[in-house]
Amino acid sequence: MNNYKKIIPIPQGESEFYWNKTSQEQLWLRKCNRCSEAYFYPRDISPCCFSRDTEWTQSSGRGRLYAFSIIYRSPNQGFQEEAPFIVAIIELEEGPRMTSNIVGVDTPSPDKLRIGMPVTVVFDKITDELSLPKFILAKS
Amino acid sequence: MNFMSNKIAIVGVGESDEIGKVPGKSSLQHHAEAAYNALEDSGISIDQVDGLLTAGYSSMVVAEYLGITPTYTDSTNVGGSSFIIHIAHAMAAIRAGYCKVVLVTHGQAGRSARTKAVADPAEPGAQFEAPYGIINAPAAYSMAASRYMHIYGEDRTRDAMAEIAVATRKWAQLNPKAYLRDPMTKDDYHNSRWVAWPFHLLDCCIVTDAGGAYVITSAEVAKDLKKQPIWVLGAAESHDHAIISQMPDLTSPISKNTGARAFDMAGMGHSDIDLAMIYDSFTYTVLVTLEALGFCKPGEGPEFVANQRTAPGGDFAMNTSGGGLSYTHSGMYGMFLVLEAVRQLRGETGARQLTSPKTALINGTGGYLSSAGTAILSV
Repeated sequence: MNNYKKIIPIPQGESEFYWNKTSQEQLWLRKCNRCSEAYFYPRDISPCCFSRDTEWTQSSGRGRLYAFSIIYRSPNQGFQEEAPFIVAIIELEEGPRMTSNIVGVDTPSPDKLRIGMPVTVVFDKITDELSLPKFILAKS
Repeated sequence: MNFMSNKIAIVGVGESDEIGKVPGKSSLQHHAEAAYNALEDSGISIDQVDGLLTAGYSSMVVAEYLGITPTYTDSTNVGGSSFIIHIAHAMAAIRAGYCKVVLVTHGQAGRSARTKAVADPAEPGAQFEAPYGIINAPAAYSMAASRYMHIYGEDRTRDAMAEIAVATRKWAQLNPKAYLRDPMTKDDYHNSRWVAWPFHLLDCCIVTDAGGAYVITSAEVAKDLKKQPIWVLGAAESHDHAIISQMPDLTSPISKNTGARAFDMAGMGHSDIDLAMIYDSFTYTVLVTLEALGFCKPGEGPEFVANQRTAPGGDFAMNTSGGGLSYTHSGMYGMFLVLEAVRQLRGETGARQLTSPKTALINGTGGYLSSAGTAILSV
């Protein structure tokens, strides 16, 4: 863990709960009670209605591949060592979109991925305190 | 106030002394050299400058470096489109009486800078995108392009990206200041290495050291200057997200909004435009921006740019400097769209000069397809 060379997120006050839950292998979203929409990224006042009436809700961790790229060149050495790797936008079942990596695809190439494919969350423990939610292609 | 007295004109343009690979010059030095050259081009003394607009550095830092004390100051930074948005801001400030002569400067040692800016770790992008390797523009824009390909077809999108890369290089071959001037074929494009699929190396803008500046003022000041004023007929700005996952529609950038408003302000339509200067951070940026601006319908960009239509001699003049793809791209390229449009309208561009263009549309894109500024200029 100590030799992790990639970028480590720094939780902020509003997102501590999110990162605490990912370290427990759960994905939670912030939800607006005025319009009942979940949103990403977590913040206390909702971007949909600018409402303070918001709460945490657990995501199923299921979604679909919305867009992706296969990165061959990265300015960061830690990422470059793992190239090629897949970055993606995932549309979660609950509605919000978030960026992540698609993992578990050997030798990434565009023919192995199709936009709209179902994906499922997995958790990559990068430090003792932090796990990054990532996604694998779902079986179905 | 009559219409004439309300008009705003760009009256001076300039780059820094050398652009391309310029080791040993800082970003601020590029600001200052470009400011000097733009003021000289206009014939206006720096003592008359009372408005300073810039992006990247605070206008406070740039004003001190230049030795001026502006009465109007604006450091709006929404990425590479900022310097087009500054046209609207200058227009508003001059008309409201806050200043009379505005200097807009850009400088970026994108290739040779001795230090790199570090992102604020508290920003959402640093927390939710960078940990996955989305730490530069190719990663974000290529995801948008993948979605366009999914909706509108991969092969025809790929063909369009090749058309744009090759056509832009042909213009660069006519520009002595262009960084890349070697001939490029479609095979060269298809054979260039992957940077971030679906982007080849030749889908991506270059990285250079460069500065640029322009001087913008009222009709009253413009009428006594040595060069032909280039009038601002329309200008609009907006942004609809910052990080790429929050873009409402990856295939429909906010230029759809700024373009429509700029056309409306100018009282013009697409057929009135003689030159389009479209921010080409990537070939895909051009394709999707042409659609957003309404030059063609969504998904019809590939037919619009087919058969080298945007190359020298084609019937849609676009990015005649050689663009960010081949001429220069310091990091925030938008400034250079303005310089080329003004020079084309003045008839100062030598081998690449269009035949008496009367109007130019400039469209800047900033961030991760996040912000846009559109301006329409005329002789």
